[in-house]
Amino acid sequence: MNKIRDTDIQQIIGWVLRLGVIISMTIVFIGGCFYWYRHSGETASYSKFVGVPRFVHSAPGIWNGILTFRGRAIIQAGIILLIATPIIRVLFSMLGFLLEKDWLYTGISLLVLGIIIASALTGNAG
Amino acid sequence: MSVAVLTLIVLAGSYVAGLVGSLTGLGGGVVIIPLLTLLLNVNIHYAIGASLISVIATSSGSAAAYVKEGITNIRLGMFLEIATTIGAMAGAMLALHIQTSVIAVIFGLILIFSAFMSLKPKKEQIHEPKSLWAEKLKLNSSYPVNDQTVRYGVQNVGGGFLMMLFAGIISGLLGIGSGALKVVAMDGIMRIPFKVSTTTSNFMIGVTAAASAVVYLQRGYIDPGLSMPVVIGVLLGALTGSKILVNSSSSKGLRWVFAIIVTFLAGQMIYNGWNHRI
Repeated sequence: MNKIRDTDIQQIIGWVLRLGVIISMTIVFIGGCFYWYRHSGETASYSKFVGVPRFVHSAPGIWNGILTFRGRAIIQAGIILLIATPIIRVLFSMLGFLLEKDWLYTGISLLVLGIIIASALTGNAG
Repeated sequence: MSVAVLTLIVLAGSYVAGLVGSLTGLGGGVVIIPLLTLLLNVNIHYAIGASLISVIATSSGSAAAYVKEGITNIRLGMFLEIATTIGAMAGAMLALHIQTSVIAVIFGLILIFSAFMSLKPKKEQIHEPKSLWAEKLKLNSSYPVNDQTVRYGVQNVGGGFLMMLFAGIISGLLGIGSGALKVVAMDGIMRIPFKVSTTTSNFMIGVTAAASAVVYLQRGYIDPGLSMPVVIGVLLGALTGSKILVNSSSSKGLRWVFAIIVTFLAGQMIYNGWNHRI
């Protein structure tokens, strides 16, 4: 069996990043088309900060929105996948280091993942 | 303004921002935020949220290409991501409590600094003597130059780590990649070759931005209607920028023009922030 090497990890990471960007951007574009079709005539204003529409602010809301072809819910799903792309990349590097038996860097990758998860969990605090 | 008109203007503006950001090496984020806040009167929180998303898209897209070429130092990137993600998390928390006018002033200052950095000539440096920590952390590496493999050592790991912490805070606070600060850490402090530092910095930007994006997402800073044209525009602009080959003499002139424009935008941000108009 061939040993896993750094160059293999590089190839895999490259693919993860590329696929993540292509898929999420396609979803954002499709959502954008629905949003345009349904709302292009309405007035838009972003001068005052009021948060985002309720239906894109929770996972069930986004899911329902996707099922009813609401453009902004589809866009938000694409954006969430885009945010997940570098995080999935860290996960893949961790698996790569694990297969290489590079314990130090398996630990470092795990630590970075832990920080991002902590950040996500404390997002509503403070 | 109707959704249709706003979307088209933002799309066109983001395309230009992505193009300029790519040609100058400043990144799309630092150009799109003044464009949205100053010209379109978009609230800076929405602008930062949208910019952050475009930063993830462009850095992931170009990192994919660089990683495959084998120039990126993945171990160095992973190690420094500890610092940038902690910083980004802190920066995003900070953004929730700092006045928007203060954020605008800090943004302007960082923008001027980034423009200044983009004018500095880059020279390839190879340092052989290695530090103890770089050895222990397996940070010393090699990269291909014209079919040859060049080895390099990494200096002052602790200093670089601290600088990255700061770069992370700025990235989380302002919604930009803070590539200029990352290059200061790697070129200036850790003394690694320019090509390696640029690609490795780019590799780290996506993860750093994701760490603060998870906070912004829950806080409702990332509006899909605005982010959609921004992310599509910036990504397409950056793609176009990477395809344009500028020869070095004209690129120097271009950098000067952009640096002056960016400094002007930065001045506007500071002025408006100072007078509490942002």
